[in-house]
Amino acid sequence: MEKEITLKINGEEYTQKVEPRTLLIHFIRENASLTGSHIGCDTSSCGACTILIDGKSAKSCTILAIQAQGKEITTVEGLATTEGVHPIQEGFKENHGLHCGFCTPGMMLRAVELLEKNPDPTEEEIRWGISGNLCRCTGYNNIVKAIKYAGAKIRGAELPSTEPVFVE
Amino acid sequence: MIQCKTSKEIGGMGHSMKRKEDDRFVHGKGNYVDDVKLPGMLYMDIVRSPYAYAKIKNIDSSEALKIPGVLAVVTGKDLEQYNLHWMPTLMSDTQMVLPVDTVMYQSQEVAAIIATEKYIARDAREAVRVEYEVMKPVVNPFKANDEDAPVLRTDKEDQKDNHIWHWEVGQKEETEKIFNDAEVVVKEQMHIPRIHVSSIETCGCVADYDKVDNHLTMYMTTQAPHAIRTVIALVAGHVGLTEEKVRVISPDIGGGFGGKVPVYPGYVIAIAASFLIGKPVKWIEDRSENLQADSFARDYHITAEMAGTKDGKILATRMKVLADHGYTDASANPSKFPTGMFSIGTGSYDYSHAFMEADAVYTNKPPGGVAYRCSFRVTEAVHAIERITDRYALEIGKDPAELRFQNFIKKDQFPYQSPTGWEYDSGDYEAGLKLALKTVEYDKLREKQAQMRKEGKLMGIGLSTFTEIVGAGPSKDFDILGIKMFDSAEIRVHPTGKAIARFGTKSQGQGHETTYAQIIAEELGIPAKDIQIEEGDTDTAPYGLGTYASRSTPTAGAAAAIAARKLRDKARKLAAHLLEVSEDDLEWEPGKFSVKGAPEKSKTIQELVFAAYTNHPQGMEAGFEATHYYDPPNLTFPSGAYICVVEIDPETFEIDVKRFVAIDDAGNIINPMVAQGQVHGGLTQGIAPAMYEELIYDDDGNILNGTLMDYLVPTAVESPNWETGHTVTPSPHHPIGAKGIGESPTVGAPPAIANAIVDALKPYGITHLDIPITPAKIFEALKEKGVLDKPIVG
Amino acid sequence: MIPASFDYSAPSTLKEALNLLKDIGDEAKILAGGHSLIPMMKLRFAEPEHLIDISNVPGLSYVNFEGDHLKIGAMAREVDLEDSKEVGEKFPIFHDVAKLIADPQVRNFGTIGGNLAHGDAANDQPAVMIALDAQVEITGLDGVRTVGIDDFFYGFYATAVQEDEILTGINIPVPTGRFGNAYHKSERKVGDYATGGVAVHVELDAEGTCTKAGIGLTNVNPTPLRASRSEEALVGAKLDDTTIESAAQYASEDCNPSSDLRGSEDYKRRIIKVLTKRMIHKALERAQ
Repeated sequence: MEKEITLKINGEEYTQKVEPRTLLIHFIRENASLTGSHIGCDTSSCGACTILIDGKSAKSCTILAIQAQGKEITTVEGLATTEGVHPIQEGFKENHGLHCGFCTPGMMLRAVELLEKNPDPTEEEIRWGISGNLCRCTGYNNIVKAIKYAGAKIRGAELPSTEPVFVE
Repeated sequence: MIQCKTSKEIGGMGHSMKRKEDDRFVHGKGNYVDDVKLPGMLYMDIVRSPYAYAKIKNIDSSEALKIPGVLAVVTGKDLEQYNLHWMPTLMSDTQMVLPVDTVMYQSQEVAAIIATEKYIARDAREAVRVEYEVMKPVVNPFKANDEDAPVLRTDKEDQKDNHIWHWEVGQKEETEKIFNDAEVVVKEQMHIPRIHVSSIETCGCVADYDKVDNHLTMYMTTQAPHAIRTVIALVAGHVGLTEEKVRVISPDIGGGFGGKVPVYPGYVIAIAASFLIGKPVKWIEDRSENLQADSFARDYHITAEMAGTKDGKILATRMKVLADHGYTDASANPSKFPTGMFSIGTGSYDYSHAFMEADAVYTNKPPGGVAYRCSFRVTEAVHAIERITDRYALEIGKDPAELRFQNFIKKDQFPYQSPTGWEYDSGDYEAGLKLALKTVEYDKLREKQAQMRKEGKLMGIGLSTFTEIVGAGPSKDFDILGIKMFDSAEIRVHPTGKAIARFGTKSQGQGHETTYAQIIAEELGIPAKDIQIEEGDTDTAPYGLGTYASRSTPTAGAAAAIAARKLRDKARKLAAHLLEVSEDDLEWEPGKFSVKGAPEKSKTIQELVFAAYTNHPQGMEAGFEATHYYDPPNLTFPSGAYICVVEIDPETFEIDVKRFVAIDDAGNIINPMVAQGQVHGGLTQGIAPAMYEELIYDDDGNILNGTLMDYLVPTAVESPNWETGHTVTPSPHHPIGAKGIGESPTVGAPPAIANAIVDALKPYGITHLDIPITPAKIFEALKEKGVLDKPIVG
Repeated sequence: MIPASFDYSAPSTLKEALNLLKDIGDEAKILAGGHSLIPMMKLRFAEPEHLIDISNVPGLSYVNFEGDHLKIGAMAREVDLEDSKEVGEKFPIFHDVAKLIADPQVRNFGTIGGNLAHGDAANDQPAVMIALDAQVEITGLDGVRTVGIDDFFYGFYATAVQEDEILTGINIPVPTGRFGNAYHKSERKVGDYATGGVAVHVELDAEGTCTKAGIGLTNVNPTPLRASRSEEALVGAKLDDTTIESAAQYASEDCNPSSDLRGSEDYKRRIIKVLTKRMIHKALERAQ
């Protein structure tokens, strides 16, 4: 029953035989040994498995590997280039946008598409834009801040302060 | 503003240093347990019970075993041969690993599949046929002790009913007398719902038993690797897995929140399977298994009462708890504290008498309870006291802020002896509440509320001024399975002045790799960036009880400071030797010793460390290492003043959190950015049980919301923009004056939210609603009161 | 969570897909975006023996205004409606609904056709299609037939699409005069299925009299429900508060919600009433 599929992950081509039921997240994690994308639920609820398929953010736990035949996939491992880190990676680190790091790859990949469509989103647009990604640690404030920062970086605008702001 | 004693280059306390651990996480290079892949590794999946209470008539594995790649189907009877079918809980109760004859809750482990691939294991799980004889379960804890209720724990010889324990503290008779004589008594029945930590990473392990060396390496999602190693040795020592033959490695953890403290049956089965087969066995839970079977939190039914005068002086409180522990008491509490720190429930207020009691019962629900980002039942206690305080204010018609100011323990009353026996270390409750009120412009807000009510709009303002109790704990009272609740740090500074430090705790996102380095930098002047922090490997790290209950900074953080001070003392000796002066003639500034009055004569810490390896004086031990096991003299008592503002749609009752201001006091702050991040996250885990989360069971013990489609973890949309700030009242007994921050917001937020919602509904005469407060619940409450769509009166 | 084994085909023409369906019979399922089907397969609530992936079938992903219709291909994704400015101008209701369906990742891959073909009264697009009086194109080996939306939903997870047929498109009439439409649902948290949802479409003459009304309800009936009595109350009337109030009242009376974790029957009726009222007002505003 196995079928041969060919797809690209982070620019590298993979041709492998898979069972049709192989979930894309398992293909990425097991067959391609790229463990940056995570599994957090069974019901497409948490977004930890979010990757890009031809630039569109997708929940790879709800897509069969075979459906990705011929597609180009980007995972967290493909964000940084020889030029350096992606603005979203810088945004998350500089703004304390992560604690345990488990949701972070999915969150960042989702944000990459969000910023691709709109590099200057409002806070509300960001919050709705990441509503398919659960984070249990950060309370989201600094994720919003991280995405805004990355947007500014992508736009070439002045970077917002990364210092924490307290009521005084 | 937080003052820093060290330069930014050194990066000691008070610097918002960017986290050292983040580079690997943002590159997808975190190493979580599901990322562990070993040669020849097998996969385990678990058959679970569809029923809450049933006899197992038969387990037919024949079809499953026919599937190519299936190696074994392990049952309770298999484990019974090795006496591995049961294990102790952290509260010295007992728990099945796999059942021999009876299942006690839905989704309980019934049998385990071991296969070469996880897809095959899952197929085999579907192929195992289990025949059950279903029995009527005990689901409602209030009926657990009814005469006709079946005795659930027939495995325990002395157990004649479903009552587990009774606990009480305080002055029963005096309190009763005060209540009898009081001008005002208020009372509410509250349920603090059964909830689940639901960290985004579920639980799992890879058990790797080497038959030749008789050695087990256990990679697992645990917040307490050292304690787990001891537990494994206690459970499996008789089959040869004594403690020196066990290594527990807790790799990166995707959130813990208390859910990764217990030992779950799956871990033990994986160990047993690896032990019997001689190959590594991986077990990773699904989310539904995690939600349905792993330890719950809370589930306290509380009757809370407050007695006071007509003008607002609190005189006494009384609380009575019914604790639903499910099938076994698998709480993660210190041994002597079956209700954890619930006795902190007298709150931030100064009064002389209180009485609290609790009874725990068995039911046919999954066992627990763990903490959900809180120190041992503090959230339950804080909810009760903060709600009943508001209820009292409502009763006597006093502003809840004013009532709190009237009753606060004053700054100069610390250390303060509480009526339930705690010594609060320090606090300045007035300062926190004043800052919170100023931030929201409280008086104007109340005026706005009055105006809105005239317009028929529902707006509410809720306060919570709580005191937490964290950092367990002093060894005279605190232990888990007999092991005292100290924690440890070991610092090794290399000849070139760079260091590695290891701890008995284990970060699950708290940022220890950064904040511990900052503590050491503060004390030693070695730049935090030059200090590598390691935790989670029992072969290398010193013994400690782990990370939960906001104890890392209060215990291991203190250990780090003291170990560093030991090294600074050594550095002083080295400096005296090198500069040829007496130790008394030296003065310290971060990073160097210099001669008093001759500052040009100095030695940097790096030079002194180098000397410890290259030029140490005769008679001095070479090297630059120190270890400290810190046994805290007291717990620490963080506090906070939170204000929540809500508006409620008068037709749909949808709740909009308009503002939430959190002022915390966790003593001295190590890294303001990280501390604030902890507060943000804790607040979202505060709004979660206040408005969204609850594990719900039907009368047959079936869980009704066992996936993330129905167990409603808040997204960025539900989570408001948190406004946070702090006051700083150092802990007088803690080496760096710090108190712990990670859980205060989870503890303090729910009553602020509930108080705000109840305040919004005040015109309808609502005095209390149980959390989670949903629009549907508000509708039912108004309907029941007969006030639905009645015009409101301001 | 892992689905049971199945076989897989990805035909490159519609005819090929239909032939496969015919040959395999009721053990085959059409895979479009997969965002309803795959979760059910992972939970093993669905165990089809064969999936026929129609994503390689050309010409099914369109969203076009053609003549007096908006035409949506079966493989058009939710995001295609969400991102289309032209759709948003004529049918802001699609922007309303898109924002409320699951989450952005799901909308990137979930299809509008799948949202209908799943036959789930909890899905949001069915109510919208009812309000807009959509026609569903169903293709079989014998050709294409068109079914009005009122004849499309049969029962729980059952639709007019027969075992050997494929839903291939949706046609929505574009009115010429004044009209407006809107959708909202009450949800426990963002991305949740509706506690209750209401889609409203109204058309008005020059004097502001309602000439046509469509009202569809989400998740308050075993099948997606048309609130006929509410529509009748609007048509021929000026949409003043009293008229709107009675239309809302009818909707709340005519739906059949059941009590569950989202709320009691009474609460859901109230939600339907409030949302019907609000969506009529919103549609009316948009019709100005």
